[in-house]
Amino acid sequence: MSNSLSHLKELEAESIFIIRETFAQFNKPAILFSGGKDSIVLTHLAKKAFWPAKIPFPLVHVDTGHNFPETIAFRDKLVEEFGVNLVVGSVQKSIDDGKVAEEVGINATRNRLQITTLLDTIEENQYDACMGGARRDEEKARAKERFFSHRDEFGQWDPKNQRPELWNLFNGLKHFGENFRIFPISNWTEMDIWQYILLEKIEIPQLYFSHKRRCYVRNGTIISENGFQELKENEEVKEMQIRFRTLGDITITGAVESDADTLEKIIGEVATARNTERGGRADDQRSETAMEDRKKEGYF
Amino acid sequence: MKDKNYLDRDLLRFTTAGSVDDGKSTLIGRLLYDSKSIFEDQLASVEATSKKKGLSHIDFSLLTDGLKDEREQGITIDVAYRYFSTPKRKFIIADTPGHIQYTRNMITGASTANLALILIDARKGVIEQTKRHSFIASLLQIKHIVVCVNKMDLVEYSQSRFDEIVDEYEDFAAKLEVEDIRFIPISALHGDNVVDRSKNLNWYQGSTLLHTLENIHIGSDRNMKDCRFPVQTVIRPHSDEYHDFRGYAGRVESGIFKVGDEVTILPSGFNSKIAKIIDNEKEVQSCFPPMSVVVTLEDDIDLSRGDMIVRPNNQARASQDIDFMMCWMGNEAFDPQKKYTVLHTTNKVRCVIREVLYKVDINTLHRQEEDKLIAMNDIARVKIRTTKPLLIDSYTQNRATGSLILVDEATNNTVAAGMII
Repeated sequence: MSNSLSHLKELEAESIFIIRETFAQFNKPAILFSGGKDSIVLTHLAKKAFWPAKIPFPLVHVDTGHNFPETIAFRDKLVEEFGVNLVVGSVQKSIDDGKVAEEVGINATRNRLQITTLLDTIEENQYDACMGGARRDEEKARAKERFFSHRDEFGQWDPKNQRPELWNLFNGLKHFGENFRIFPISNWTEMDIWQYILLEKIEIPQLYFSHKRRCYVRNGTIISENGFQELKENEEVKEMQIRFRTLGDITITGAVESDADTLEKIIGEVATARNTERGGRADDQRSETAMEDRKKEGYF
Repeated sequence: MKDKNYLDRDLLRFTTAGSVDDGKSTLIGRLLYDSKSIFEDQLASVEATSKKKGLSHIDFSLLTDGLKDEREQGITIDVAYRYFSTPKRKFIIADTPGHIQYTRNMITGASTANLALILIDARKGVIEQTKRHSFIASLLQIKHIVVCVNKMDLVEYSQSRFDEIVDEYEDFAAKLEVEDIRFIPISALHGDNVVDRSKNLNWYQGSTLLHTLENIHIGSDRNMKDCRFPVQTVIRPHSDEYHDFRGYAGRVESGIFKVGDEVTILPSGFNSKIAKIIDNEKEVQSCFPPMSVVVTLEDDIDLSRGDMIVRPNNQARASQDIDFMMCWMGNEAFDPQKKYTVLHTTNKVRCVIREVLYKVDINTLHRQEEDKLIAMNDIARVKIRTTKPLLIDSYTQNRATGSLILVDEATNNTVAAGMII
């Protein structure tokens, strides 16, 4: 047996180390669970990190109310299988409580409203560390994110005042009221995630595989028919053969036309993809620094 | 299928440092572009911004400079991590700024790297910045340096100019502790010897940059001799099936542990044997760095976070007096009167500063014993005394048990990195 690890095993070992550091350094950590493949992989890594004990954190889901029904069904099944607690922060409730106002206009989404719901959920439950499945290869502002990302008492990220992160020494010290966002799979790429899902036979929502769906095209992005958005005059719903590369709020998650109905085919497609997976995300396209701006306010 | 060999791939982390005009961004852009790791939407966005700035070429630095301030000021401020892979390897680039005021970022990038990529402008030869980057690579014990002599097109692809630079660099590098230094003549702009061999550099017999990165042997860089297992946390399932289970979770920092091995627990000094090693929810027979595993012992001993499992005949040194090379990273000057928190492996202790021995001029490597005022980016040799013994090795012997950070107790910021002597 050779004493070296493949890149996937080395990434796995690094992520497990960080998940365990989070458990050891904080009082009340949680996993931010979106129902997408990255947070599913993160949850599996958390299971491996503590086996044979159960995952010692709750899963926190910020529910925009504009979900793919399949995501919710998948989430509930996983929660039951892993025996973890689920905490749901509801954007609808934030709207009903008058904390945020629904965006108006034809391109209205609840993406930005999530920030308030997320920060309120963190505060109510006094989570001092929230782990997320963000990766540095996803977006240029994320390329400079730390594994342990310090947030002030308002949940804000200050990119100019980040703690240096050396070797594998993670500094989770903080003042009362402050918290951390922690990104254990920072060093994984989209390809690594898919290969790991294949290697570990991890179950993911069917939405990632090619299927027939009623969709419309807005600003070059294929959007699933959803009942939350009004159609513009020139837009028309038609049946298409598609799959999703990322899963988020149903109103902003773009699909790609694809016949890839197995993990092997998806990996083949990712290997030759010409656009980034977030290329289909309307939330990032609002401006060149849309992600950095949201992150500063407290987004994942 | 194209990616069938994904299981055989390993991981190489390398660091680069450079300033605006030495072609670093162009080189990284070229590596990403030629290995098809840049996507059309990224390229389109960079093209549009380049045009808006009135540039005639694509400014690849816009890919790596992710923050608004960096893009506006046209400089890299922070470490940016970039990823690409070939069928042979996955690569993580820690891309850092090169200017002296960003020494701390270079050290951060170098702390996890297997290899340092150093760029020299063929017209300028070895300059202060080259020496600084090389010194940092040596200080951080990076085992491999690849020196790319860039912009060969601007010196007519001259072999004698290349040889001159190699001589100049080797002269200076004799003072460093780097085992493996290689030189490659390239032109990042034209792609000579980056991914494809160059016809313009026929006199060069060595490998291209990508070929070098793909094939450099890093397997033996890890310390497989001195067994060190710092305990991160204790696993107690409290379930019926695993009622008495008590496992120690952590990462093997060095050495190879096998089931049945005699071990010593530090700092208590108790001996036991390894009963089980669990990796990925399964029992395995052995573990090695950098695996994250759970270990159980044959005897009922009370271990907790901060303890370390070692072999009886090869133990880490327990000491409260620690002598190390320090890079100061705090915005405020170093204050030898203050107490600091020390983070080392999975331990947290407090310390007082005993002595500042000397400061190192990072450009000349000269020791300054008179001026001991330490500001951001300064490197100095320092002695501290800790409230509790730490389980240490020298940094040259062991990167994990030989490194520490200092944290300011008022702000909780990480203010210094230390390499134990």
